[in-house]
Amino acid sequence: MILSKDPQSSPVEFIENDRCALQVQQLSAGYAGHRQAIHDVSFTVNRGERLAVIGPNGAGKSTLFKALAGIIPHTSGNVSTYGLDCRTSHTLIGYVPQYEEVDWQFPATVFDVVMMGRIRKIGWLRFPRKVDRDGVYSTLEQVGMAHLSNRQIGQLSGGQKRRVFIARALVQETDIILLDEPFSGVDVNAEDEIMETLEHLNRTGITIILSTHDLQTASTRFDRLMLINQQLIAIGKPEDVFTPSNLRQAYGGAVSVFQQGNEMLIFSDEHDHA
Amino acid sequence: MIDLQTLIQNPLSYDFMQRAILAAVIVGIVSGVVGSFVVVRGMSFFGDALAHSILPGVSAAYIYSGGAAFSMPLLSEIQDESLRLFVGGLAAGIFAAVLIGWLTRDKRLKEDTVIGIVFVAMFALGIAIISSDPRAYGRDLVHILFGNILGISNTDIWIMVVCGVVVIGIVVFFFKELVVISFDVGLARTLQLPTEGLRILLLVLIAVTIVASLQIVGITLMLAMLIAPAAIAQLVTKRMHHMIIVAAVVGAVSGVVGVFISYHLGIATGPAIVLTVTTLFLIAFSMTYISERFSPAH
Repeated sequence: MILSKDPQSSPVEFIENDRCALQVQQLSAGYAGHRQAIHDVSFTVNRGERLAVIGPNGAGKSTLFKALAGIIPHTSGNVSTYGLDCRTSHTLIGYVPQYEEVDWQFPATVFDVVMMGRIRKIGWLRFPRKVDRDGVYSTLEQVGMAHLSNRQIGQLSGGQKRRVFIARALVQETDIILLDEPFSGVDVNAEDEIMETLEHLNRTGITIILSTHDLQTASTRFDRLMLINQQLIAIGKPEDVFTPSNLRQAYGGAVSVFQQGNEMLIFSDEHDHA
Repeated sequence: MIDLQTLIQNPLSYDFMQRAILAAVIVGIVSGVVGSFVVVRGMSFFGDALAHSILPGVSAAYIYSGGAAFSMPLLSEIQDESLRLFVGGLAAGIFAAVLIGWLTRDKRLKEDTVIGIVFVAMFALGIAIISSDPRAYGRDLVHILFGNILGISNTDIWIMVVCGVVVIGIVVFFFKELVVISFDVGLARTLQLPTEGLRILLLVLIAVTIVASLQIVGITLMLAMLIAPAAIAQLVTKRMHHMIIVAAVVGAVSGVVGVFISYHLGIATGPAIVLTVTTLFLIAFSMTYISERFSPAH
Protein backbone atom coordinates (compact mmCIF):
# COMPACT_ATOMS: atom_id res chain seq x y z
CA MET A 1 0.00 0.00 0.00
CA ILE A 2 1.23 3.45 -0.83
CA LEU A 3 0.57 6.22 1.65
CA SER A 4 0.15 9.67 0.24
CA LYS A 5 2.59 12.22 1.66
CA ASP A 6 -0.18 14.77 1.85
CA PRO A 7 -3.08 13.47 3.92
CA GLN A 8 -5.30 16.46 3.11
CA SER A 9 -5.36 15.50 -0.56
CA SER A 10 -6.57 11.97 0.16
CA PRO A 11 -9.10 11.91 2.99
CA VAL A 12 -10.26 8.44 2.01
CA GLU A 13 -6.88 6.93 2.70
CA PHE A 14 -6.72 8.72 6.04
CA ILE A 15 -9.98 7.11 7.12
CA GLU A 16 -8.78 3.74 5.88
CA ASN A 17 -5.79 4.04 8.18
CA ASP A 18 -7.83 5.17 11.10
CA ARG A 19 -6.88 2.21 13.29
CA CYS A 20 -3.25 2.77 12.53
CA ALA A 21 -1.39 5.06 14.95
CA LEU A 22 2.07 4.89 13.45
CA GLN A 23 3.10 3.98 9.97
CA VAL A 24 6.76 3.53 9.07
CA GLN A 25 7.78 2.97 5.48
CA GLN A 26 11.23 1.93 4.29
CA LEU A 27 12.90 3.93 7.03
CA SER A 28 16.67 4.19 6.99
CA ALA A 29 18.58 6.21 9.56
CA GLY A 30 22.01 6.56 11.13
CA TYR A 31 25.36 6.72 9.40
CA ALA A 32 25.41 4.29 6.50
CA GLY A 33 27.58 1.27 7.30
CA HIS A 34 27.67 2.20 10.96
CA ARG A 35 26.90 -0.69 13.30
CA GLN A 36 23.81 0.92 14.75
CA ALA A 37 22.33 2.16 11.50
CA ILE A 38 18.95 0.83 10.45
CA HIS A 39 18.00 0.06 6.91
CA ASP A 40 14.70 -0.19 5.09
CA VAL A 41 12.42 -0.80 8.10
CA SER A 42 8.65 -0.85 7.47
CA PHE A 43 5.88 -1.59 9.95
CA THR A 44 2.63 -0.25 11.31
CA VAL A 45 1.44 0.06 14.88
CA ASN A 46 -2.25 0.12 15.71
CA ARG A 47 -3.91 2.60 17.97
CA GLY A 48 -3.73 1.47 21.59
CA GLU A 49 -1.28 -1.32 20.86
CA ARG A 50 1.67 -2.41 23.02
CA LEU A 51 4.70 -3.20 20.90
CA ALA A 52 8.07 -4.35 22.27
CA VAL A 53 11.13 -3.87 20.09
CA ILE A 54 13.84 -6.44 20.71
CA GLY A 55 17.19 -7.23 19.18
CA PRO A 56 20.84 -7.65 20.18
CA ASN A 57 23.11 -4.81 21.30
CA GLY A 58 23.88 -2.51 18.42
CA ALA A 59 20.83 -3.71 16.48
CA GLY A 60 19.76 -0.11 16.00
CA LYS A 61 16.86 -0.01 18.46
CA SER A 62 17.91 3.42 19.75
CA THR A 63 18.57 4.65 16.24
CA LEU A 64 15.08 3.55 15.20
CA PHE A 65 13.47 5.32 18.17
CA LYS A 66 15.48 8.49 17.68
CA ALA A 67 14.55 8.57 14.02
CA LEU A 68 10.88 8.05 14.87
CA ALA A 69 10.98 10.86 17.43
CA GLY A 70 12.78 13.20 15.03
CA ILE A 71 15.94 13.42 17.12
CA ILE A 72 18.11 12.19 14.27
CA PRO A 73 17.21 12.70 10.61
CA HIS A 74 15.94 9.93 8.33
CA THR A 75 18.25 9.16 5.47
CA SER A 76 15.22 7.86 3.58
CA GLY A 77 11.70 6.65 4.13
CA ASN A 78 8.56 7.97 5.75
CA VAL A 79 7.15 8.10 9.25
CA SER A 80 3.55 9.14 9.72
CA THR A 81 1.20 9.26 12.67
CA TYR A 82 -2.52 9.08 11.96
CA GLY A 83 -1.68 9.75 8.34
CA LEU A 84 0.32 12.92 9.08
CA ASP A 85 3.94 13.13 7.99
CA CYS A 86 6.09 13.19 11.13
CA ARG A 87 8.58 15.64 9.73
CA THR A 88 5.95 18.34 10.07
CA SER A 89 4.20 17.04 13.19
CA HIS A 90 6.72 15.42 15.51
CA THR A 91 4.97 16.71 18.57
CA LEU A 92 2.58 13.79 18.14
CA ILE A 93 5.21 11.32 19.36
CA GLY A 94 6.48 11.32 22.92
CA TYR A 95 9.98 9.99 23.57
CA VAL A 96 11.42 8.73 26.85
CA PRO A 97 15.23 8.74 26.64
CA GLN A 98 17.58 6.12 28.04
CA TYR A 99 18.56 6.61 31.66
CA GLU A 100 22.20 7.34 30.79
CA GLU A 101 21.27 10.17 28.47
CA VAL A 102 19.78 12.29 31.26
CA ASP A 103 21.77 14.61 33.54
CA TRP A 104 20.11 13.73 36.84
CA GLN A 105 22.02 16.45 38.71
CA PHE A 106 20.43 19.17 36.57
CA PRO A 107 18.70 21.83 38.71
CA ALA A 108 15.15 20.88 37.80
CA THR A 109 12.23 19.53 39.79
CA VAL A 110 9.75 16.91 38.61
CA PHE A 111 7.40 19.78 37.74
CA ASP A 112 10.09 21.61 35.73
CA VAL A 113 10.99 18.54 33.68
CA VAL A 114 7.38 17.78 32.79
CA MET A 115 6.77 21.44 31.91
CA MET A 116 9.56 21.15 29.32
CA GLY A 117 7.22 18.94 27.31
CA ARG A 118 4.86 21.91 27.00
CA ILE A 119 7.21 24.49 25.53
CA ARG A 120 6.00 24.11 21.97
CA LYS A 121 2.41 24.46 23.15
CA ILE A 122 3.33 27.54 25.20
CA GLY A 123 5.04 29.16 22.22
CA TRP A 124 7.93 31.57 21.71
CA LEU A 125 8.42 34.53 24.07
CA ARG A 126 5.63 33.34 26.35
CA PHE A 127 5.55 32.02 29.87
CA PRO A 128 3.59 29.00 31.16
CA ARG A 129 -0.07 29.79 31.83
CA LYS A 130 -2.56 28.13 34.12
CA VAL A 131 -3.61 25.68 31.41
CA ASP A 132 0.01 24.50 31.14
CA ARG A 133 0.43 24.12 34.89
CA ASP A 134 -2.88 22.26 35.11
CA GLY A 135 -1.74 20.02 32.25
CA VAL A 136 1.50 19.24 34.06
CA TYR A 137 -0.30 18.38 37.32
CA SER A 138 -2.91 16.22 35.63
CA THR A 139 -0.29 14.16 33.76
CA LEU A 140 1.65 13.82 37.00
CA GLU A 141 -1.58 12.45 38.54
CA GLN A 142 -1.87 9.98 35.66
CA VAL A 143 1.55 8.49 36.42
CA GLY A 144 1.11 8.79 40.20
CA MET A 145 3.84 11.39 40.70
CA ALA A 146 1.86 14.50 41.67
CA HIS A 147 2.94 14.29 45.31
CA LEU A 148 6.61 14.48 44.26
CA SER A 149 6.32 17.47 41.92
CA ASN A 150 8.73 19.59 44.00
CA ARG A 151 11.43 16.91 44.23
CA GLN A 152 14.72 17.46 42.38
CA ILE A 153 14.89 14.74 39.71
CA GLY A 154 18.11 13.22 41.07
CA GLN A 155 16.37 12.48 44.38
CA LEU A 156 13.90 9.99 42.84
CA SER A 157 13.96 6.20 42.68
CA GLY A 158 14.63 4.44 39.39
CA GLY A 159 10.96 3.76 38.69
CA GLN A 160 9.96 7.31 39.61
CA LYS A 161 12.60 8.75 37.28
CA ARG A 162 11.14 6.81 34.33
CA ARG A 163 7.60 7.90 35.28
CA VAL A 164 8.61 11.60 35.24
CA PHE A 165 9.74 11.25 31.64
CA ILE A 166 6.61 9.30 30.75
CA ALA A 167 4.61 12.25 32.13
CA ARG A 168 6.74 14.64 30.08
CA ALA A 169 5.93 12.67 26.93
CA LEU A 170 2.21 12.65 27.79
CA VAL A 171 2.07 16.39 28.42
CA GLN A 172 2.97 16.94 24.76
CA GLU A 173 -0.62 15.77 24.18
CA THR A 174 0.55 12.73 22.33
CA ASP A 175 -0.98 9.30 22.41
CA ILE A 176 2.07 7.46 21.13
CA ILE A 177 4.95 6.98 23.55
CA LEU A 178 8.37 5.57 22.66
CA LEU A 179 10.51 4.30 25.54
CA ASP A 180 14.15 3.48 24.90
CA GLU A 181 15.26 0.70 27.28
CA PRO A 182 13.19 1.85 30.28
CA PHE A 183 14.09 -1.31 32.22
CA SER A 184 17.87 -1.04 31.94
CA GLY A 185 19.46 -0.42 35.32
CA VAL A 186 16.31 -0.84 37.42
CA ASP A 187 15.37 -3.68 39.77
CA VAL A 188 12.41 -6.03 39.35
CA ASN A 189 10.12 -3.91 41.52
CA ALA A 190 10.83 -0.77 39.52
CA GLU A 191 10.27 -2.72 36.30
CA ASP A 192 6.84 -3.77 37.60
CA GLU A 193 6.10 -0.21 38.66
CA ILE A 194 6.93 1.09 35.18
CA MET A 195 4.92 -1.67 33.48
CA GLU A 196 1.90 -0.94 35.69
CA THR A 197 2.07 2.75 34.78
CA LEU A 198 2.32 1.88 31.11
CA GLU A 199 -0.54 -0.63 31.28
CA HIS A 200 -2.68 1.95 33.03
CA LEU A 201 -1.96 4.47 30.27
CA ASN A 202 -2.50 1.82 27.64
CA ARG A 203 -6.02 1.23 28.95
CA THR A 204 -6.75 4.93 28.33
CA GLY A 205 -5.82 4.47 24.67
CA ILE A 206 -2.12 5.37 24.68
CA THR A 207 0.02 3.43 22.20
CA ILE A 208 3.18 2.08 23.83
CA ILE A 209 6.33 1.26 21.87
CA LEU A 210 9.23 0.13 23.99
CA SER A 211 12.66 -1.36 23.41
CA THR A 212 14.07 -3.89 25.84
CA HIS A 213 16.54 -6.70 26.37
CA ASP A 214 14.09 -8.41 28.66
CA LEU A 215 12.61 -11.02 26.32
CA GLN A 216 10.43 -12.50 29.05
CA THR A 217 8.62 -9.22 29.76
CA ALA A 218 8.49 -8.46 26.06
CA SER A 219 6.79 -11.75 25.24
CA THR A 220 4.33 -11.80 28.13
CA ARG A 221 3.18 -8.22 28.59
CA PHE A 222 3.02 -6.88 25.03
CA ASP A 223 0.60 -7.42 22.17
CA ARG A 224 3.29 -7.84 19.57
CA LEU A 225 7.05 -8.11 19.31
CA MET A 226 9.33 -6.61 16.72
CA LEU A 227 12.72 -8.23 16.23
CA ILE A 228 15.33 -6.10 14.51
CA ASN A 229 19.00 -6.26 13.69
CA GLN A 230 19.75 -3.35 11.39
CA GLN A 231 16.77 -4.59 9.39
CA LEU A 232 13.34 -5.74 10.38
CA ILE A 233 13.55 -9.50 10.96
CA ALA A 234 10.07 -10.26 12.26
CA ILE A 235 7.03 -8.59 13.75
CA GLY A 236 4.06 -10.34 15.30
CA LYS A 237 2.98 -12.58 18.17
CA PRO A 238 5.81 -14.08 20.28
CA GLU A 239 5.35 -17.57 18.82
CA ASP A 240 5.72 -16.15 15.30
CA VAL A 241 8.73 -14.04 16.16
CA PHE A 242 10.66 -16.54 18.29
CA THR A 243 11.39 -19.04 15.55
CA PRO A 244 14.82 -20.64 15.38
CA SER A 245 15.63 -19.02 12.06
CA ASN A 246 14.59 -15.51 13.22
CA LEU A 247 16.60 -15.83 16.42
CA ARG A 248 19.65 -17.14 14.61
CA GLN A 249 19.40 -14.24 12.18
CA ALA A 250 19.17 -11.68 15.00
CA TYR A 251 21.32 -13.08 17.77
CA GLY A 252 23.49 -15.61 15.99
CA GLY A 253 22.67 -18.42 18.44
CA ALA A 254 23.03 -16.40 21.66
CA VAL A 255 19.33 -16.78 22.41
CA SER A 256 17.16 -19.86 22.33
CA VAL A 257 13.48 -20.35 23.06
CA PHE A 258 11.76 -23.54 24.15
CA GLN A 259 8.05 -23.96 23.79
CA GLN A 260 6.35 -26.35 26.19
CA GLY A 261 2.58 -26.33 26.17
CA ASN A 262 1.59 -22.77 26.96
CA GLU A 263 4.89 -21.96 28.55
CA MET A 264 7.73 -20.36 26.72
CA LEU A 265 11.27 -20.50 28.11
CA ILE A 266 13.81 -18.02 26.86
CA PHE A 267 17.54 -18.50 27.34
CA SER A 268 19.82 -15.65 26.58
CA ASP A 269 23.64 -15.53 26.58
CA GLU A 270 23.55 -11.77 26.28
CA HIS A 271 24.58 -10.14 29.53
CA ASP A 272 23.98 -6.58 28.53
CA HIS A 273 20.95 -6.19 30.76
CA ALA A 274 22.85 -3.84 33.04
CA MET B 1 38.78 48.98 65.49
CA ILE B 2 36.65 48.58 62.41
CA ASP B 3 35.11 51.81 61.36
CA LEU B 4 32.52 52.11 58.61
CA GLN B 5 33.81 55.51 57.61
CA THR B 6 37.25 54.26 56.59
CA LEU B 7 35.99 50.88 55.46
CA ILE B 8 33.17 51.96 53.13
CA GLN B 9 32.66 55.70 52.88
CA ASN B 10 36.20 56.85 52.18
CA PRO B 11 36.72 54.60 49.18
CA LEU B 12 33.32 55.64 47.83
CA SER B 13 34.38 59.28 47.75
CA TYR B 14 36.54 58.52 44.72
CA ASP B 15 34.93 58.58 41.29
CA PHE B 16 37.00 55.65 40.07
CA MET B 17 35.86 53.56 43.04
CA GLN B 18 32.21 54.35 42.37
CA ARG B 19 32.63 53.27 38.77
CA ALA B 20 34.56 50.17 39.83
CA ILE B 21 31.82 49.08 42.20
CA LEU B 22 29.05 49.71 39.70
CA ALA B 23 30.99 47.77 37.08
CA ALA B 24 31.66 44.89 39.47
CA VAL B 25 27.95 44.64 40.31
CA ILE B 26 26.85 44.60 36.68
CA VAL B 27 29.51 42.10 35.66
CA GLY B 28 28.78 39.94 38.72
CA ILE B 29 25.09 39.74 37.86
CA VAL B 30 25.52 39.02 34.14
CA SER B 31 28.30 36.47 34.72
CA GLY B 32 26.14 34.71 37.30
CA VAL B 33 23.19 34.48 34.89
CA VAL B 34 25.17 33.30 31.87
CA GLY B 35 27.55 31.23 33.99
CA SER B 36 24.63 29.15 35.28
CA PHE B 37 24.15 27.82 31.75
CA VAL B 38 27.90 27.26 31.38
CA VAL B 39 27.91 25.20 34.58
CA VAL B 40 24.85 23.03 33.95
CA ARG B 41 26.00 22.34 30.39
CA GLY B 42 29.53 21.45 31.53
CA MET B 43 31.03 24.07 29.23
CA SER B 44 33.71 25.52 31.50
CA PHE B 45 36.50 24.62 29.10
CA PHE B 46 34.58 26.38 26.33
CA GLY B 47 34.11 29.46 28.53
CA ASP B 48 37.82 29.64 29.30
CA ALA B 49 38.70 29.14 25.65
CA LEU B 50 36.28 31.82 24.51
CA ALA B 51 37.73 34.30 26.99
CA HIS B 52 41.21 33.69 25.60
CA SER B 53 39.95 33.84 22.02
CA ILE B 54 38.95 37.48 22.27
CA LEU B 55 42.59 38.55 22.66
CA PRO B 56 43.34 39.14 18.93
CA GLY B 57 40.32 41.45 18.61
CA VAL B 58 41.18 43.37 21.75
CA SER B 59 44.87 43.59 20.82
CA ALA B 60 44.13 44.87 17.33
CA ALA B 61 41.77 47.47 18.77
CA TYR B 62 44.19 48.38 21.54
CA ILE B 63 47.38 49.10 19.68
CA TYR B 64 45.47 51.68 17.70
CA SER B 65 45.59 54.04 20.64
CA GLY B 66 49.37 54.21 20.62
CA GLY B 67 50.40 54.53 16.96
CA ALA B 68 49.20 51.58 15.02
CA ALA B 69 51.76 49.07 13.86
CA PHE B 70 49.42 48.04 11.08
CA SER B 71 46.07 49.18 9.85
CA MET B 72 42.65 47.69 10.56
CA PRO B 73 40.16 49.42 8.30
CA LEU B 74 36.93 48.93 10.31
CA LEU B 75 38.25 49.33 13.84
CA SER B 76 40.05 52.57 13.06
CA GLU B 77 36.68 54.20 12.36
CA ILE B 78 35.77 53.97 16.07
CA GLN B 79 37.21 56.95 17.96
CA ASP B 80 36.33 55.97 21.52
CA GLU B 81 38.89 53.52 22.86
CA SER B 82 36.49 51.63 25.17
CA LEU B 83 34.04 51.07 22.37
CA ARG B 84 36.84 50.06 20.01
CA LEU B 85 38.13 47.46 22.46
CA PHE B 86 34.61 46.17 22.97
CA VAL B 87 33.85 45.87 19.26
CA GLY B 88 37.21 44.23 18.55
CA GLY B 89 36.84 41.75 21.38
CA LEU B 90 33.24 40.96 20.54
CA ALA B 91 34.07 40.35 16.88
CA ALA B 92 36.84 37.94 17.84
CA GLY B 93 34.69 36.26 20.50
CA ILE B 94 31.70 35.72 18.23
CA PHE B 95 34.01 34.53 15.46
CA ALA B 96 35.56 31.95 17.82
CA ALA B 97 32.16 30.89 19.23
CA VAL B 98 30.64 30.37 15.79
CA LEU B 99 33.79 28.68 14.47
CA ILE B 100 33.82 26.20 17.38
CA GLY B 101 30.07 25.66 16.99
CA TRP B 102 30.46 25.04 13.26
CA LEU B 103 33.46 22.71 13.54
CA THR B 104 31.67 20.54 16.11
CA ARG B 105 28.26 20.45 14.41
CA ASP B 106 28.57 16.90 13.01
CA LYS B 107 30.63 15.39 15.86
CA ARG B 108 33.44 14.24 13.57
CA LEU B 109 35.78 16.07 15.93
CA LYS B 110 35.20 16.10 19.65
CA GLU B 111 34.28 19.48 21.04
CA ASP B 112 37.20 19.76 23.46
CA THR B 113 39.65 18.97 20.64
CA VAL B 114 38.26 21.75 18.47
CA ILE B 115 38.17 24.15 21.41
CA GLY B 116 41.80 23.35 22.22
CA ILE B 117 42.91 24.15 18.68
CA VAL B 118 40.84 27.31 18.15
CA PHE B 119 41.54 28.71 21.62
CA VAL B 120 45.32 28.48 21.57
CA ALA B 121 45.54 29.65 17.97
CA MET B 122 43.42 32.73 18.68
CA PHE B 123 45.36 33.48 21.85
CA ALA B 124 48.66 33.15 20.01
CA LEU B 125 47.39 35.45 17.28
CA GLY B 126 46.45 38.00 19.94
CA ILE B 127 49.91 37.87 21.53
CA ALA B 128 51.47 38.17 18.08
CA ILE B 129 49.41 41.27 17.29
CA ILE B 130 50.16 43.02 20.55
CA SER B 131 53.86 42.11 20.43
CA SER B 132 54.13 44.13 17.22
CA ASP B 133 53.95 47.19 19.49
CA PRO B 134 56.74 46.83 22.11
CA ARG B 135 55.26 49.50 24.38
CA ALA B 136 51.85 47.83 24.55
CA TYR B 137 53.45 44.38 24.87
CA GLY B 138 55.50 45.38 27.88
CA ARG B 139 52.91 47.26 29.85
CA ASP B 140 49.31 46.96 28.69
CA LEU B 141 49.09 43.26 27.98
CA VAL B 142 48.90 42.79 31.74
CA HIS B 143 45.72 44.87 31.88
CA ILE B 144 44.06 42.85 29.16
CA LEU B 145 45.04 39.56 30.75
CA PHE B 146 44.21 40.41 34.35
CA GLY B 147 41.82 43.36 34.14
CA ASN B 148 42.17 47.03 34.98
CA ILE B 149 39.19 48.07 37.00
CA LEU B 150 40.66 51.45 37.90
CA GLY B 151 40.80 52.38 34.24
CA ILE B 152 37.07 52.04 33.71
CA SER B 153 35.55 54.93 31.76
CA ASN B 154 31.96 56.09 31.62
CA THR B 155 31.70 54.53 28.19
CA ASP B 156 32.77 51.20 29.71
CA ILE B 157 29.94 51.47 32.22
CA TRP B 158 27.44 52.21 29.47
CA ILE B 159 28.67 49.25 27.43
CA MET B 160 28.26 46.98 30.47
CA VAL B 161 24.76 48.27 31.20
CA VAL B 162 23.59 47.81 27.61
CA CYS B 163 25.17 44.34 27.36
CA GLY B 164 23.73 43.36 30.71
CA VAL B 165 20.21 44.43 29.79
CA VAL B 166 20.37 42.73 26.39
CA VAL B 167 21.87 39.46 27.72
CA ILE B 168 19.48 39.19 30.67
CA GLY B 169 16.52 40.16 28.46
CA ILE B 170 17.37 37.39 25.99
CA VAL B 171 17.83 34.87 28.82
CA VAL B 172 14.44 35.80 30.29
CA PHE B 173 12.52 35.65 27.01
CA PHE B 174 14.20 32.49 25.72
CA PHE B 175 14.53 30.94 29.15
CA LYS B 176 12.48 27.79 28.59
CA GLU B 177 14.11 27.09 25.23
CA LEU B 178 17.65 27.64 26.56
CA VAL B 179 16.90 25.35 29.51
CA VAL B 180 15.56 22.60 27.26
CA ILE B 181 18.55 22.61 24.91
CA SER B 182 20.80 22.53 27.99
CA PHE B 183 18.96 19.67 29.68
CA ASP B 184 17.75 17.49 26.83
CA VAL B 185 18.57 18.39 23.26
CA GLY B 186 16.64 15.29 22.14
CA LEU B 187 13.39 16.75 23.46
CA ALA B 188 14.19 20.05 21.76
CA ARG B 189 14.55 18.18 18.44
CA THR B 190 11.38 16.16 19.03
CA LEU B 191 9.54 19.44 19.59
CA GLN B 192 11.22 20.78 16.42
CA LEU B 193 12.92 23.71 18.09
CA PRO B 194 15.83 25.27 16.14
CA THR B 195 18.42 23.61 18.37
CA GLU B 196 21.49 24.76 16.41
CA GLY B 197 20.30 28.37 16.38
CA LEU B 198 19.61 28.30 20.12
CA ARG B 199 23.01 26.76 20.82
CA ILE B 200 24.76 29.48 18.80
CA LEU B 201 22.64 32.11 20.59
CA LEU B 202 23.89 30.78 23.92
CA LEU B 203 27.51 30.81 22.71
CA VAL B 204 27.10 34.42 21.59
CA LEU B 205 25.60 35.38 24.97
CA ILE B 206 28.66 33.88 26.65
CA ALA B 207 30.94 35.82 24.27
CA VAL B 208 29.14 39.12 24.98
CA THR B 209 29.35 38.54 28.74
CA ILE B 210 33.06 37.81 28.56
CA VAL B 211 33.90 40.87 26.46
CA ALA B 212 31.79 43.15 28.66
CA SER B 213 33.59 41.80 31.74
CA LEU B 214 37.07 42.15 30.26
CA GLN B 215 37.97 45.33 32.16
CA ILE B 216 37.04 43.85 35.52
CA VAL B 217 38.82 40.54 35.74
CA GLY B 218 40.64 40.25 32.43
CA ILE B 219 40.85 37.34 30.05
CA THR B 220 42.65 34.83 32.25
CA LEU B 221 40.47 35.23 35.34
CA MET B 222 37.14 35.46 33.52
CA LEU B 223 36.38 31.77 33.95
CA ALA B 224 36.10 32.16 37.73
CA MET B 225 33.39 34.80 37.35
CA LEU B 226 31.40 32.49 35.06
CA ILE B 227 31.85 29.29 37.05
CA ALA B 228 32.19 29.99 40.77
CA PRO B 229 28.96 31.96 41.48
CA ALA B 230 26.96 29.46 39.42
CA ALA B 231 28.63 26.51 41.16
CA ILE B 232 27.76 27.98 44.57
CA ALA B 233 24.18 28.51 43.38
CA GLN B 234 23.90 24.94 42.14
CA LEU B 235 24.91 23.66 45.57
CA VAL B 236 22.06 25.45 47.30
CA THR B 237 19.20 25.36 44.76
CA LYS B 238 17.23 22.71 42.90
CA ARG B 239 15.61 24.71 40.09
CA MET B 240 17.28 26.50 37.21
CA HIS B 241 15.71 29.93 37.70
CA HIS B 242 16.53 29.86 41.42
CA MET B 243 20.10 28.91 40.55
CA ILE B 244 20.36 31.86 38.16
CA ILE B 245 19.06 34.35 40.73
CA VAL B 246 21.39 33.08 43.47
CA ALA B 247 24.35 33.08 41.06
CA ALA B 248 23.62 36.69 40.08
CA VAL B 249 23.47 37.77 43.73
CA VAL B 250 26.66 35.88 44.61
CA GLY B 251 28.40 37.38 41.56
CA ALA B 252 27.40 40.92 42.50
CA VAL B 253 28.30 40.51 46.18
CA SER B 254 31.72 39.02 45.43
CA GLY B 255 32.34 41.82 42.93
CA VAL B 256 31.68 44.52 45.52
CA VAL B 257 33.54 42.77 48.33
CA GLY B 258 36.46 42.12 45.99
CA VAL B 259 36.69 45.79 45.00
CA PHE B 260 36.81 46.90 48.65
CA ILE B 261 39.38 44.25 49.54
CA SER B 262 41.51 45.32 46.62
CA TYR B 263 41.30 48.97 47.77
CA HIS B 264 42.20 48.26 51.38
CA LEU B 265 44.93 45.69 50.78
CA GLY B 266 46.35 47.44 47.75
CA ILE B 267 46.12 44.38 45.53
CA ALA B 268 44.85 44.02 41.95
CA THR B 269 41.06 43.99 41.72
CA GLY B 270 40.57 41.03 39.38
CA PRO B 271 42.39 38.58 41.66
CA ALA B 272 40.69 40.10 44.74
CA ILE B 273 37.24 39.42 43.23
CA VAL B 274 38.21 35.93 42.11
CA LEU B 275 39.65 35.02 45.52
CA THR B 276 36.52 36.37 47.21
CA VAL B 277 34.22 34.24 45.10
CA THR B 278 36.46 31.20 45.57
CA THR B 279 36.30 31.70 49.34
CA LEU B 280 32.52 31.88 49.14
CA PHE B 281 32.55 28.66 47.13
CA LEU B 282 34.64 26.87 49.75
CA ILE B 283 32.29 28.05 52.50
CA ALA B 284 29.19 26.96 50.57
CA PHE B 285 30.76 23.62 49.69
CA SER B 286 31.77 22.89 53.30
CA MET B 287 28.37 23.90 54.59
CA THR B 288 26.42 21.71 52.17
CA TYR B 289 28.85 18.86 52.81
CA ILE B 290 28.40 19.16 56.56
CA SER B 291 24.63 19.50 56.38
CA GLU B 292 24.37 16.43 54.12
CA ARG B 293 26.74 14.44 56.31
CA PHE B 294 24.95 15.20 59.54
CA SER B 295 21.36 15.57 58.40
CA PRO B 296 18.91 13.18 60.11
CA ALA B 297 18.09 11.54 56.76
CA HIS B 298 21.54 9.93 56.57
